[in-house]
Amino acid sequence: MLDTASPAATAPATPPPAAGGSAASAAPRPRLWRREALALALFAFFALAPALAQVGAEGYLLSLVIRAMIFAIAALSLDLILGYGALVSFGHAAFVGIGCYAVGILMAHAVPDLFVQLLVTLLASALFAFVTGAISLRTKGVYFIMITLAFGQMVYFLTTSLAPYGGDDGLTLPSRSTVLGTDVLENDTVFYYLVLACLVGVYALLRAIVGSRFGRVLRGTKENPVRMQAIGYDPYRYQLVAYVIAGMIAGLSGFLLANQLEFVSPAFISWQRSGELIIMVVLGGMGTLVGPIVGAMSFLFLEEILARITQDWKLIFGPLLVLVALFARGGILGFFRRAK
Amino acid sequence: MYTTLILVQTLNGLQFGIILFLIAAGLTLVFGVMDFINLAHGVQYMIGAYFAFAFTTWTGNFGLGLLLALPAALVFGLLLEAVVFRHLYDKDHLEQVLATFGIILFLNQGVKVIWGSSPLFVPVPEFLQGSIQLMDGFFYPVYRLAIIGAGLAVAALLYVLVNYTRAGMLVRAGATNAKMVAALGVDIRRLFMIVFGFGAMLAGFAGAMVAPILSVEPGMGDNLLILAFVVIVIGGIGSVRGAFLAALIIGLVDTLGRTFAGDVLRLFLDPGAASTVGRAVAPMLIYILMAAVLFFRPAGLFPVKR
Repeated sequence: MLDTASPAATAPATPPPAAGGSAASAAPRPRLWRREALALALFAFFALAPALAQVGAEGYLLSLVIRAMIFAIAALSLDLILGYGALVSFGHAAFVGIGCYAVGILMAHAVPDLFVQLLVTLLASALFAFVTGAISLRTKGVYFIMITLAFGQMVYFLTTSLAPYGGDDGLTLPSRSTVLGTDVLENDTVFYYLVLACLVGVYALLRAIVGSRFGRVLRGTKENPVRMQAIGYDPYRYQLVAYVIAGMIAGLSGFLLANQLEFVSPAFISWQRSGELIIMVVLGGMGTLVGPIVGAMSFLFLEEILARITQDWKLIFGPLLVLVALFARGGILGFFRRAK
Repeated sequence: MYTTLILVQTLNGLQFGIILFLIAAGLTLVFGVMDFINLAHGVQYMIGAYFAFAFTTWTGNFGLGLLLALPAALVFGLLLEAVVFRHLYDKDHLEQVLATFGIILFLNQGVKVIWGSSPLFVPVPEFLQGSIQLMDGFFYPVYRLAIIGAGLAVAALLYVLVNYTRAGMLVRAGATNAKMVAALGVDIRRLFMIVFGFGAMLAGFAGAMVAPILSVEPGMGDNLLILAFVVIVIGGIGSVRGAFLAALIIGLVDTLGRTFAGDVLRLFLDPGAASTVGRAVAPMLIYILMAAVLFFRPAGLFPVKR
């Protein structure tokens, strides 16, 4: 994170430093701090939530918060390519699904170890991201949206035809992953803090990436790919690396999701799920790292609250999304920033 | 026997392709002319089916029901345009995705509230019931032939409208450069409204036509929406001709693939593996096709020149 302070100095001798610095200006200090404060407040809320829940509410609240944190991780990963790279992936749920099925299939073959499963998850999602990204990134704009959708649908239909692993019906896991042969993750509190640790870790990693030279090149490519090319960067390579990183992080969220639900299903990969991930990012405020977390939380909490009020909660939720699209430029974060 | 199966499935694929074309035609124009991602186009197809159901039940006659469903779908589309979509043209794609996704949620739930969540059925009109013999031992349902005929007629009408009328000329011009058309003094907002309403009516027509052969249920448009996107991307966004060709290709590949993928694979693999792989590959075929088309022609088969 140190390198945010000195944009040009950290760039090793490749392009002329002046041009490198002008492509993407670092955010001024105070604003950065204020944003960090919001993130810290969110993490503090997450850290204290189990204690609060023990006072009053039921256990389902905790599982709702876990779910929100898992989807926050997925939304964060999407935001790296969508918010910072302007690459609208409409097939991001595929990576979540790859994580889920890596856990599910290894479980079915009696390989419950967390580290093995995590390694396979990350490798599989990285490989899938590399191959599909290399093809998808040849296209631009709307065609990119549609080709990522196509790859997402391929994974979806592949999982529905995996008859040995449940096919359409999905696959129930015998247990959560084991850590060094112990079943400590069966303890919900331990699992809760594992998910929180992953969320904080992913946030810190992405903050470092976004602030690094790599992140500035990525943002520069978003603003003006032709100019970036002219000053000696190859946008394709940077976008591909970002795509692979985003895919791996989404794979991680899938790994956690499978462990939370102890169930995996093709329904996690349908195009509607990819759409929901985009909505979480846009709802919270894309191009910020707090936005996706806020977006995932608001999306899931709102869904839960409205579903308690009425069975036909989508009649309220749908128009709400329309209102956000029409009147809240920059999502919830943007709305509040303007209100100040 | 096997030839008959191939012929039947080819006609089924053709019929599916025609339906896809009716949905995709509106989508590609809305997309091409207004640069507007309308995820809610699929629910307009669903609304058309529900209108057909409602009016057929009300009048007791499918023909009348269809005749009433068309203007109803048009009015509904124009209403949606006036209330929501009109305000989204200037927003970026992501906000359009957000809003139209919200409309999908709302309308899918809305029809559930009004008509219930169980599938509804519309009887095939009497004079189109039964099958006719096309060849020796080869029967085909009359109604499906009627869909193919009606679809081809609409395609021809659309061809004339787009290529030989003033409105069609403006639409083509709009797909190439909407700003320039506006600068030349054309009321672009009105053009958008017409294109949108017309697209909604075509999707509604598709929904109404399939109501007697498919069950009418909430969410029936969701998967067809994605297929329609596949069609317009393969065809080239904004190109009606491309959408027509791509719709037929997708309809045929999907239908024939699902029936024969296992059989074709049996030439290379042992029967057990062939049927397993066939079942896995068949639904993926069209997406593989789309990825391949975009790989070699990143702007589709018939890119609109800009």
